[in-house]
Amino acid sequence: MIKNKKNNNPLILFLSKTSEPLFSKKNKALLSDPMDDNNPITVQVLGVCSALAITVQLKAAIVMTVSVIAVMAASNVIVSLLRDLIPNRIRIIVQLVVVASMVILVDQVLRAYAYDVSKELSIFIGLIITNCIVMGRLEAFALGNGVWRSFLDGVGNAAAYGFILILVAFVRELFGSGNLLGYQIIPDSFYEMGYENNGFMLLSPMALIIVGVIIWIQRSRNRKLIEKG
Amino acid sequence: MDRDSNLYTFLFAAVMVLVVATVLAFTSQSLKDLQDENVRKEKMQNILSTVGIITDRDAAEDLFNKYIEEKYSLKNDGSINSSVDPFSQIKLSLELKKSPDQQNFPLYIANIENSKYYIIPIRGNGLWNAIYGYISLKEDLNTIKGVVFDHVGETAGLGAEITQDWFKERFIDEKLFDSNNNLMGIMVSKTNNDPSNLDKNDHEVDAISGATITGDGVSDMIKERIQHYVPFFNSLKNKQIALN
Repeated sequence: MIKNKKNNNPLILFLSKTSEPLFSKKNKALLSDPMDDNNPITVQVLGVCSALAITVQLKAAIVMTVSVIAVMAASNVIVSLLRDLIPNRIRIIVQLVVVASMVILVDQVLRAYAYDVSKELSIFIGLIITNCIVMGRLEAFALGNGVWRSFLDGVGNAAAYGFILILVAFVRELFGSGNLLGYQIIPDSFYEMGYENNGFMLLSPMALIIVGVIIWIQRSRNRKLIEKG
Repeated sequence: MDRDSNLYTFLFAAVMVLVVATVLAFTSQSLKDLQDENVRKEKMQNILSTVGIITDRDAAEDLFNKYIEEKYSLKNDGSINSSVDPFSQIKLSLELKKSPDQQNFPLYIANIENSKYYIIPIRGNGLWNAIYGYISLKEDLNTIKGVVFDHVGETAGLGAEITQDWFKERFIDEKLFDSNNNLMGIMVSKTNNDPSNLDKNDHEVDAISGATITGDGVSDMIKERIQHYVPFFNSLKNKQIALN
């Protein structure tokens, strides 16, 4: 975290001094890196609490993803814009205020335009404020980087977080209730032959197990993630 | 100005708070009408769902106007207070703070294919916060047609399960009054001898494990609310007998 803030990372020093196209290779990495090598959930193990709580249904996971992308992109941009103005001593408070206001905005908009979903997500929208990923990216990235890169970093990390949410929710809704997005997928004939929905899928521990399986698959594909020693 | 000076820090904080407050207040005000409209239609949806009409929010208003034929606000003695509109002017959360003689009790009467249903809003306390809902009675003013429960902040997975269909279905066809016309209410019971709920005359439904206090809240709110409608029900029953 500190490394990025001080800007002594040679990569970032190099980037900030050159003018480059909007989607240069390194900027694209801001979007793609969190998807695999630096995934917030499966590699950094951040934001797991919400990954357990709102992945029973695909729809809630998708709305949560969109909300987190909006909150993270917006707060990363705002903090990045203010990064030369924010007094160092209250920077965490400032970040918190920025995130909290964005979350309240999202909550208000959902209540007006997607009332059912907002009821379903109820407190979890409010809990985006405490999602470690959001604060983590503000502190580690937005405070030390330009607006466009911060925006990409916010979108990239939120999308990577959401990707795992959606993956987990897909498995849980399909095997837990036989539906996807509320529509029945498993045909009636399966049930007649004795197939049963797995009620365990609907409980939070199963989300943890699925996240574990995803980590397993990811590490067996991507060997450099495996810790040595 | 020095970014680490006290004055700058205070100024920054003050300006930030002002800006944030303005933005949030503006958003809240501009979205308020839409949000209130959602809450209003959800209320219609809830009332309709107790009598078995499941609808999406957009269609709720038309169906509500179609099926809900009469709505009254009653006084504690069973008389009708025609100066108050039950749907828009009564907030149960506020009414509950008054003494029963000061309260207005909303009642909706639905007419579906020539059967009348009486729908009563209920509200009480769960474990953490308010629980509320609607209960609809068949024409005998005794048998439950359907219920809807909702809550402000019960524990997810435990108390919050009162909103689930399997819990609500347990109330269907249960009786509120015993054979001597005494109000028994519906007890959410942990010691129910009839867990599969075959006996519809025992004034009991099976409780949810881990949600004792929420369940007690459900029992209490049903009995507490219904008792204020008894005078009106009695006058209605007398009228029916007179007509026959």
